[in-house]
Amino acid sequence: MVTINGEKREDCEGLSVTEMLKREGYETSRIAIEINGVIISKKEFNETLLHSGDSIEVVSFVGGG
Amino acid sequence: MKNRKQEKNDKFILGGHEFTSRFILGSGKYSLDLIRASVQQAGAQIITLALRRANQDGRANILDYIPEGVTLLPNTSGARNADEAVRIARLSREVGCGDFVKIEIMRDTKYLLPDNYETVKATELLAKEGFIVMPYMYPDLNTARDLREAGAASIMPLAAPIGSNKGLCTKEFIQILIDEIDLPVIVDAGIGKPSEACAAMEMGAAAIMANTGIATAGDIPAMAEAFKLAIEAGRKAYLAGTGRVLERGGSASSPLTGYIQDGSVKEGNKSYEE
Repeated sequence: MVTINGEKREDCEGLSVTEMLKREGYETSRIAIEINGVIISKKEFNETLLHSGDSIEVVSFVGGG
Repeated sequence: MKNRKQEKNDKFILGGHEFTSRFILGSGKYSLDLIRASVQQAGAQIITLALRRANQDGRANILDYIPEGVTLLPNTSGARNADEAVRIARLSREVGCGDFVKIEIMRDTKYLLPDNYETVKATELLAKEGFIVMPYMYPDLNTARDLREAGAASIMPLAAPIGSNKGLCTKEFIQILIDEIDLPVIVDAGIGKPSEACAAMEMGAAAIMANTGIATAGDIPAMAEAFKLAIEAGRKAYLAGTGRVLERGGSASSPLTGYIQDGSVKEGNKSYEE
């Protein structure tokens, strides 16, 4: 079980970040990722695998002042 | 008032980047389909954004609505202290926006007044990481000096609480910063009308940041244009040197001689008296 943006997700262990983003419907070019508080750069998405207990934040820009 | 140097190309330089527009536009509180028109009507070359958890499944992303060539200025809204601001700044840079960041750190959620102390800390940390740091701050001269020492590229003092449209409530204290701080002073927050933006520019502000004043207007793109024109007018007035103010009495604008009296005009018109 991992947590993505505060929500628990099953069956994500062992997926790469790229695979997780595709499955969850996130647009890679518009986001940034943090796993357990550490920023994962885009070039590491393919090689970085998710582990049980990981807390993942997927963020992007929205309107703001 | 002396005529300040009239530069042919009055450039606004921020962190080594040149801009010709002195209007930084916020993108909050209005719908995505109005953003492109507003940016164009504003002539804005810098637009602020916030960073939040991403949407899934192909919902529209704001970056698709911002015209090419506009500099993105992510803010650290949501941060309650320097560490949170640093985290948001790093994530924003990772999304891909260049090195600009507007530091916005608020502990108080009622008035949304920025925490000057944490802002100085965040500025120092982020300047060391190569960010072009634009700190939103409460207009305090000592904090402004600390921000300059910490490596800020500009200072952004508030005119009034965020979203209030109350205008230049902190006018006197912004003037102190303009007079004393050797950095671009960008008035940010609380500017509700183009006339207020114009007044700030006449004072010598380097630029204006506005969001709610546009987003709550009846016709958003038209208001963006009104702000643009006001900011240009204020800058021109500043460079021209506004006329002196007489604290007491008046001074005639028309000649004091040659009045028509008793059906005849008196001879010997003199020129205007000062």
